[in-house]
Amino acid sequence: MSDMSVQETAYTSSATEPGMSDYFALMKPRVMSLVVFTALVGLLVAPVPVHPFIGFVAILCIAVGAGASGALNMWWDADIDALMKRTAKRPIPSGRVPAGDALAIGLALSGFSVVLLWLATNALAAGLLAFTIFFYAVVYSMWLKRSTPQNIVIGGAAGAFPPMIGWAVATGTVSIESVLMFGLIFMWTPPHFWALALFVKSDYGNANVPMLTETHGRDSTRKHVLIYTLLLAPVAIGLGFTSIGGPVYLTVAVLMNAWFLKGAVDLWRRDDAAAEADNYAVEKQVFKISLYYLFAHFVALLVDAALRLNLGAV
Amino acid sequence: MAIKVEHEMHTRRKGRNIGVGLLLTGLIGIVFGLTVVKVLQLDNITQLEKFDHVARPQLIPQEEAN
Repeated sequence: MSDMSVQETAYTSSATEPGMSDYFALMKPRVMSLVVFTALVGLLVAPVPVHPFIGFVAILCIAVGAGASGALNMWWDADIDALMKRTAKRPIPSGRVPAGDALAIGLALSGFSVVLLWLATNALAAGLLAFTIFFYAVVYSMWLKRSTPQNIVIGGAAGAFPPMIGWAVATGTVSIESVLMFGLIFMWTPPHFWALALFVKSDYGNANVPMLTETHGRDSTRKHVLIYTLLLAPVAIGLGFTSIGGPVYLTVAVLMNAWFLKGAVDLWRRDDAAAEADNYAVEKQVFKISLYYLFAHFVALLVDAALRLNLGAV
Repeated sequence: MAIKVEHEMHTRRKGRNIGVGLLLTGLIGIVFGLTVVKVLQLDNITQLEKFDHVARPQLIPQEEAN
């Protein structure tokens, strides 16, 4: 049998071929949308204007870098994804994409996005993007996720880097503003995720992934949500006193933190029996508030930046 | 078995091939666009010329030339 005939058999025997949509699904498009939004705000609120085309390429690189880390995460986690209902339909466990393809795409797109971002903007932004990909794929996925219930706390840093990268694209520096934007998402991630974990029945236990709700119990998780919401407030409000803050941001930050904190206190005061009685109404409400919370803060930053631009132009 | 001009694989992978083609075309557009933007952002064209490794007397500042 010649090599040609071996290849022929291999090609024709596969029942389905992965399509572009399967490869796109590897890149976790929903996570990418949050990354694009926060990175764009980081870029637009920076005091240094960026050419629109360079800005577009920078955001594209950040999105592709985030997608690449998602593909690497799916490659590494394929074994546990297959065990959990929520993730069993992902491209690798469902058999639509071979694991090797995900690894190759993840590595190739990581290199592509970092190098192109460096060429288009500067070394700091590219370095931060490379570190973010490394942090999500190696520190979070390979190390923390399966070893500590604090996985979501430290791993949340990966999702917090995009506005800092956006800022670095424009200014070429890291400053208090970008550190606080990072801190805002970093501190917001745990209460956001744990509020969700309290009302969604997960099967992380089947996959041996230590989640706070399972390792420390649900009452402890409620306490953790409150503590992180308390720690989040000064970071969020503090951002309002930097050069990118303004009256709109400060108003939004005070109101949203009061709302989020009230929800966290309500959540902490009750137990699972009360939660089951009203079908986790408070837990769902806190999760919903957390979504509005982050969106409102970043939109407020944009509004203040637009106001500054208009006042400066007068 | 009849010999076909087009292999069955080409039909099966048509969508993927078109996708890859579009992505590569997009990449060319991005690199071209970046080149145009970066060159237009130069204050002085001599900033570009000094990278071509050819001696250009006009690049020497006036005071050094004298």
